[in-house]
Amino acid sequence: MPDLLLELFSEEIPARMQARAAADLQKLVTDRLVAAGLVYEGAKAFATPRRLALSVHGVPARQPDLKEERKGPKVGAPEQAIAGFLRAAGLTSIDQAKVQADKKGDFYVAVTEKTGKPAIDVLAEMLPEIVRSFPWPKSMRWGAGRLTWVRPLHSILASFGPETEEPDVVAFSVDGIAAGNQTRGHRFMAPASITVRRFDDYIAKLEAAKVVLDPARRMDMIRADAKNLAFAQGFELVEDEALLAEVAGLVEWPVTLMGSFDPAFLEIPGEVIRATIRTNQKCFVLRDPQTAKLVDKFILVANIEASDGGKAIVAGNERVIRARLSDAKFFYDTDLKTKLEDRLPKFKQIVFHEKLGTQAERIERIVALAKELAPLVKADPKKAARAALLCKTDLLTDVVGEFPELQGLMGKYYAEAQGEDEAVAHACEDHYKPKGPDDLVPGDPVSIVVALADKIDTLVGFWAIDEKPTGSKDPYALRRAALGAIRIVVDNALRLHLLKIAGVNTDLLSFFADRLKVQLREQGARHDLVDAVFALEGQDDLLMIVRRVEALGKFLDTDDGKNLLAGVKRASNILRIEEKKDGKSYSGAPNAKLLADAEEKSLASAVATAKKEASAAVAKEDFASAMTAMAKLRPFVDAFFEKVTVNVDDKALRENRLKLLNEIREATRAVADFSKIER
Amino acid sequence: MAEGKLLAAGRNLQDNLDPTRSFQGLILALQQYWAAQGCVLLQPYDMEVGAGTFHPATTLRALGPKPWNAAYVQPSRRPKDGRYGENPNRLQHYYQFQVILKPSPPDLQDLYLGSLKAIGIDSSLHDIRFVEDDWESPTLGAWGLGWECWCDGMEVSQFTYFQQVAGFECSPVSGELTYGLERLAMYVQGVDNVYALNFNGGEGGKKVTYGEVFLQAEQEYSRHNFEFADTVMLFEQFKMAEAACQKYLADGWQKGERKRHLMALPAYDQCIKASHVFNLLDARGVISVTERQSYILRVRELAKACGAAWLATEAGGA
Repeated sequence: MPDLLLELFSEEIPARMQARAAADLQKLVTDRLVAAGLVYEGAKAFATPRRLALSVHGVPARQPDLKEERKGPKVGAPEQAIAGFLRAAGLTSIDQAKVQADKKGDFYVAVTEKTGKPAIDVLAEMLPEIVRSFPWPKSMRWGAGRLTWVRPLHSILASFGPETEEPDVVAFSVDGIAAGNQTRGHRFMAPASITVRRFDDYIAKLEAAKVVLDPARRMDMIRADAKNLAFAQGFELVEDEALLAEVAGLVEWPVTLMGSFDPAFLEIPGEVIRATIRTNQKCFVLRDPQTAKLVDKFILVANIEASDGGKAIVAGNERVIRARLSDAKFFYDTDLKTKLEDRLPKFKQIVFHEKLGTQAERIERIVALAKELAPLVKADPKKAARAALLCKTDLLTDVVGEFPELQGLMGKYYAEAQGEDEAVAHACEDHYKPKGPDDLVPGDPVSIVVALADKIDTLVGFWAIDEKPTGSKDPYALRRAALGAIRIVVDNALRLHLLKIAGVNTDLLSFFADRLKVQLREQGARHDLVDAVFALEGQDDLLMIVRRVEALGKFLDTDDGKNLLAGVKRASNILRIEEKKDGKSYSGAPNAKLLADAEEKSLASAVATAKKEASAAVAKEDFASAMTAMAKLRPFVDAFFEKVTVNVDDKALRENRLKLLNEIREATRAVADFSKIER
Repeated sequence: MAEGKLLAAGRNLQDNLDPTRSFQGLILALQQYWAAQGCVLLQPYDMEVGAGTFHPATTLRALGPKPWNAAYVQPSRRPKDGRYGENPNRLQHYYQFQVILKPSPPDLQDLYLGSLKAIGIDSSLHDIRFVEDDWESPTLGAWGLGWECWCDGMEVSQFTYFQQVAGFECSPVSGELTYGLERLAMYVQGVDNVYALNFNGGEGGKKVTYGEVFLQAEQEYSRHNFEFADTVMLFEQFKMAEAACQKYLADGWQKGERKRHLMALPAYDQCIKASHVFNLLDARGVISVTERQSYILRVRELAKACGAAWLATEAGGA
């Protein structure tokens, strides 16, 4: 069966768009092939800076013939209905329709037979449409034409044919660009035109013309060469997959080279060096495998095999990196000249959010909250307030202005440089943590306090102005903030009553509960156990909730736990049914005098004991003991249900027994609402 | 190519005009190259602008259907970039070499590479790359797509296909090339400090450096831009320029009908003026973050109105 080779050759496609574009091209072409009845065997798409290419193999040479039947109106239907049917079916006279019979009588059927078209004709129709409507994130016009593409499109190669024969060019053109069988090699090393037949010779001829078509291969080549170059000098490549993918999208023929810079620049923080070299120059940095510190070397990836072996290219890149590092050093040195607190007045002019005031006001709030929270972790309130005051100031430094990804880290360096307490300096960096599920949680008391204050202030603020996350929309990353706060509290075993914090209301608390549920579920805990705990009154202490859930989970894994749960559920079910029937609820203590059977009496006393013991244990936050106390109930509950009938004719006895059942339910509420537990 | 030979012959005769040896030689080589491609060789616009794009030969000529090919040097002022002459790379006044070709020819990339060759950058020795760079000028209401052109990791030019200028769609599309001349000269001369550039190509006692020509100016203007520029006067000038622009735009319609405009260029001068005054005020740090946006919007409104007026002139295709 024939194969399709398609190449769209253009001016340089932005690196970040290439992979997506290749995938889109494959999907657009193959979806339409399938929709046209052309089921292919396989497809693969590629991208380089100057071309998108697609190979589809095993495409049937023609579409299958199609027979389509369209049911029409009844014979003898009004003229209008018949006319409408003829129009819709594309018939000129009703004589062209067949007459068929069903239960209701005779009706017309239009049968249209569509002969399948040669696949190459189908391609010639669909390819120009795909080119014209290609979903580039940003596209443009050029010259006097109207066609849009990511950058000017120069040529189209489209060949179709079986492996054994000379393939045909798919005949189409888009805005004056006619598809052909020609492409070009590397811009500088092999610019001549190349004639191509099919994918096999295409990829080979490109390789000979200094173009590596497959981006994955370009990445492998760069990675391997960079590691070898580093290793040969006793260094280690600081790997960076995102940079690797970008660099592979900037070259058709990767040539990896090493350069150096003045070791004096190593005085600048390593992260600043890396950001400078990576962001501005798209080069890799290296480190000493022993010390893990950066060395005065970098790896660049050129697009040509230069006639001097790359000497001029390395020298040029070294000069640019020297200038860039000079700039970075200048920024860093300049930043060091201004004390962090002297930057604060500027925040009065910077709006945090139009409804939430300026950054200065936000910092004031964080300071106040940090002071309030400090005793919680035995943090020095003065240090916490100081850290909260300084933690955002690095946003106004030159280095962070240039490299926003270094926020926090630079704050730490500058705080250290101006002799701040170590805890204050660390909080400048760590108060942003955890930034994601894999990030570490701050552990130092001052950092904990500022991190919590920052996150809680954000949540309280956006809650107050009703900017809550909805569905997939969470523009202020409030879910991340809540989850971060939860992890800080739980991982550090902090006792914090959220509702006591100004601005935290029950709605925000339930948002925390939802986040906690997600978090616990991801760790393997059951969401119904979280619900069972949250159903209790006044649960605003995240740590206690987690502890209860843990203890409950463990308890329910034991036989005692399972049976007790079954007993409690049984009691609850009976109560629910009877309460509904009677239209009243059975609460309050049962009357001891009315207790008749032995099982009933012993249950009553066991419930009283369990309730007392469990409550005492809960008061001491010893949830495991509370569960043990509950477990003691089990044999009494079992025996009660085995021997005692609840719905007896004696009304007073029945009511007393229902009250006893309610006591079981009430007793277990010391640890959780068992009715929310699913199994 | 005849002009290539001429250039080569010129080099032998006058080494001091070799583009790799003198700043002025670099300018002359670019002028010669683009003149040979049929460009109108213009001189700098006689007003303070932030970039070569502000020259009416680019901003206004990019609008309308008429073909237009021009090249010129434009001194550009960015008051905020002043460093009192202490930074080897940053200047508040520098030169851009600007080329505009409308409609953009299909071989514009090759023409550009030819210009690099003309100034001594050999593509078999150097790594020349086109790296994504979307261009946008909020004050001009303009945007385009293109690249930063890199030579061995250094950005030596910007290459843009204009899609919109002054809020109007560009049709046909202009191709714009902007060479940062100081940076390019530093690269081809192999110099790390802009002030050490050889300006005239002379040697020994005959050599004039970029520093000798501009260092004092950088120091004086940095002082002016950051410390002394009279902000009361500048706020007033902004208002005056804005009002003048609006007045000339309103008065320029022939017979009061919005069909033919007779003063698009003088009105646009006032837009340029307002833009530069805004840049000065910004450098003085007297415009708050929220105000900043509104000033940019005010300049953009002027630019848009000037664009509309231009489209009603003969050169604008009306």
